[in-house]
Amino acid sequence: MPSFVIDEKCDGCKGGDKTACMYICPNDLMVLDADRMKAYNSEPDMCWECYNCVKICPTQAIEVRGYADFTPLGASVVPMRGSEDIMWTVKFRGGTIKRFKFPIRTTPEGEAKPDGGFGVGSGTLSDQLLFTEPASLKADKLWTLGD
Amino acid sequence: MQEFKTVEVNTDLLIIGAGMAGCGACVEGGHWAKENNVKLTVVDKAAMERSGAVGMGLSAINQYQGENTPVDYLSYVRQDLMGLCRDDLVMDISRHVNGSVHMFERFGLPIWLDADGNYVHEGRWQLMINGESYKAIVAEAGKTAVGIDNIIERVFVLRLLLDKNDKNKVAGAIGFSVRDPEIYVFKFKACIVSSGGAVHVFRPRSTGEGLGRAWYPPWNAGSSSYLTTTAGAEMTSQEVVFIPARFKDGYGPVGAWFLLFKASATSATGFNYMAEGLAEGGELHNWPPYGEVKPIPTCLRNHLMMIECYRKGDGPIFIHTDKAIAKIAEQAPNEKAYKKELKKLEAEAWEDFLDMTISQAILWAAKDVFPEEGPSEIMPSEPYFIGSHSGASGAWVSGPEDIQTEESKNEYFWGYNRMTTVKGLFAAGDGVGVSSHKFSSGSFTEGRIAAKAAVKFCVENSEMPEFDQAEVDKFKEQIILPLKYYEAHKNYTTLGTTSKKYDLPVEEVNPNYITPKMAMFRLNKIMDEYVAGWGSQYNCSAVTLNIALDLLKLLKEDLSKLAARNLHELMRCWENVHRTQIAEAHTRHKLFREETRWPGYYYRSDFKKMDEKKWGKVFVNSVYDAEKDEFTMLTRPILHLVDIKEVVGM
Repeated sequence: MPSFVIDEKCDGCKGGDKTACMYICPNDLMVLDADRMKAYNSEPDMCWECYNCVKICPTQAIEVRGYADFTPLGASVVPMRGSEDIMWTVKFRGGTIKRFKFPIRTTPEGEAKPDGGFGVGSGTLSDQLLFTEPASLKADKLWTLGD
Repeated sequence: MQEFKTVEVNTDLLIIGAGMAGCGACVEGGHWAKENNVKLTVVDKAAMERSGAVGMGLSAINQYQGENTPVDYLSYVRQDLMGLCRDDLVMDISRHVNGSVHMFERFGLPIWLDADGNYVHEGRWQLMINGESYKAIVAEAGKTAVGIDNIIERVFVLRLLLDKNDKNKVAGAIGFSVRDPEIYVFKFKACIVSSGGAVHVFRPRSTGEGLGRAWYPPWNAGSSSYLTTTAGAEMTSQEVVFIPARFKDGYGPVGAWFLLFKASATSATGFNYMAEGLAEGGELHNWPPYGEVKPIPTCLRNHLMMIECYRKGDGPIFIHTDKAIAKIAEQAPNEKAYKKELKKLEAEAWEDFLDMTISQAILWAAKDVFPEEGPSEIMPSEPYFIGSHSGASGAWVSGPEDIQTEESKNEYFWGYNRMTTVKGLFAAGDGVGVSSHKFSSGSFTEGRIAAKAAVKFCVENSEMPEFDQAEVDKFKEQIILPLKYYEAHKNYTTLGTTSKKYDLPVEEVNPNYITPKMAMFRLNKIMDEYVAGWGSQYNCSAVTLNIALDLLKLLKEDLSKLAARNLHELMRCWENVHRTQIAEAHTRHKLFREETRWPGYYYRSDFKKMDEKKWGKVFVNSVYDAEKDEFTMLTRPILHLVDIKEVVGM
């Protein structure tokens, strides 16, 4: 069922009114059963397998089982997302295991400045320049018809 | 049923939807709003950190101009859409987009660099990135620009409200929280609709658990189109869907395989349909001038595949990943270098999936697919509405003042860049039509362009408009009707109680109402079978389109009997109202345009050819009158602002 929650690993994010997976799911699929303090995917056939719940879960309680209507059983794709990179473990049905590690960002979390460090340019509300231009273009001027 | 309370939000400028376009609007709008004392608020149906189409990640930036000119880019876009494109909008994004990409890099997005420190291109316009956190990084900048107190998440905006003294001006919006029983009423001077494209209008190829494995995200439910259409804004090119051809079932990207690894594709028996189509006397020459020039338009590439699969029965289409890898590795000087190169290629190929379509990685692993060992199937998908890719549907908006001729200024410019024909109503990203091929970076850029203009609008139109309170009260009633409907009728039929672990949704049969999922399936079936989905092999005619309109009328009536068991289902109900609107608009546009201009996207079997004389120089537009529930169809001229001497390829 696309993303699924492993019962014994989920702690319902320990008493908050909303779990990490509920916070992040772009399609509002994850629900907390408050009685048992366990989260679950409430609408698996609307799951995009985007893995955001898997990546964010603080107890690694969420995994993905490929869509059963076309994916044979037995494979798994498991990420470990850190602050700078992500490590993927791909387990094939036949037993092959592949690992890949890719960078995810070059700045510390929270350091994305809206102007990208280009500062405020010379534009006014009446002209065509966006606020970081022309510096962010790395060009002298903005193109216009006839250039 | 819980009592709903009303939350009122007063602001100057509201950004509706914070995907890539919305985040661009946040970044740019944040600056100009602060400078001009304009209050800026952003509302999102989900969490900004991972909302929108880039929420999973992305493995490439598909629009970067580099040293190319906006005219170069225009030549490519005009060619790809078979001539349908607004020169001013496309060149406007193109001239700004480098700046946005440079900002992404500084935000912290890892863009691949070569040994000399230059960006690694996948193609002329495409850059390779490590894009797992692309959206999270961009959203971070957007959130900082707007300020955390001005961000409202998990609120679904359903409808715009018009000024009671001027029905051609926006004054507010109404929606609800998908988490708490709260109706949100927004009051503003201007808004930017950046609420994505539309998925699950047509029946997807997978309809079981894989229903959600659409190529574009299932949460894009046509809200951009619905919000602008029902506010009375003129819409354009709603007939132009996009059909991506991707790895079968998983819909994994093929761009890196075709562009970077130079893989070829053939029919089952090895017919190289692309080369043969291009050769003298080949099929592509039946579609001049676009078919005769490289790059081959996306729809025509689909068309060639469809001929193999449906007319000749020589499917499936294979992409020869094994040969592509072997060819690249062959160039290595020795065994060691060969192994090293192979390993590098393998990692690149897998990252392409893992960054943006993880399902494809699971599918390959589950089927023990090794791309170096054999070919894989590719297949055209179900149709999507997406103004940002190789589609064109969306709102008809004003362009920039300076990229116009005397003639085009009368047609394409009315004061504020990216404003629709309704005052104060702006659009960006998938919300804007005939400004195609902007992808993630161009959508972000278009959001920036719209936000600057919208702040200007707020400054120059400082009086707060007023909406009709009676209308708001009526909408408030309507919004929660599906919940009331369910409560009123749920006990009429039995519902088997099983020893379910949790209260999982079970489809209920009740003659008094329709559940949101069944409403969606009904829409999917109508569109697939009569409006040229994959089930009808992408064919339609005036006869089938009129049948569809009859069926859509019945569906629309039944949508007033939608039932929801909780807030999540209430969201699903309204998403399907949104989907049905674009479905009808699309059907009417298809019916109006009596030609086949985009073979490979859809075929009018009663007008099999492209008719340059009648349809080659116009956009098909429409205006919807919400009070009368009537569409008016019209055309607008396609004006060329520059002469294209040579098409610049990919």
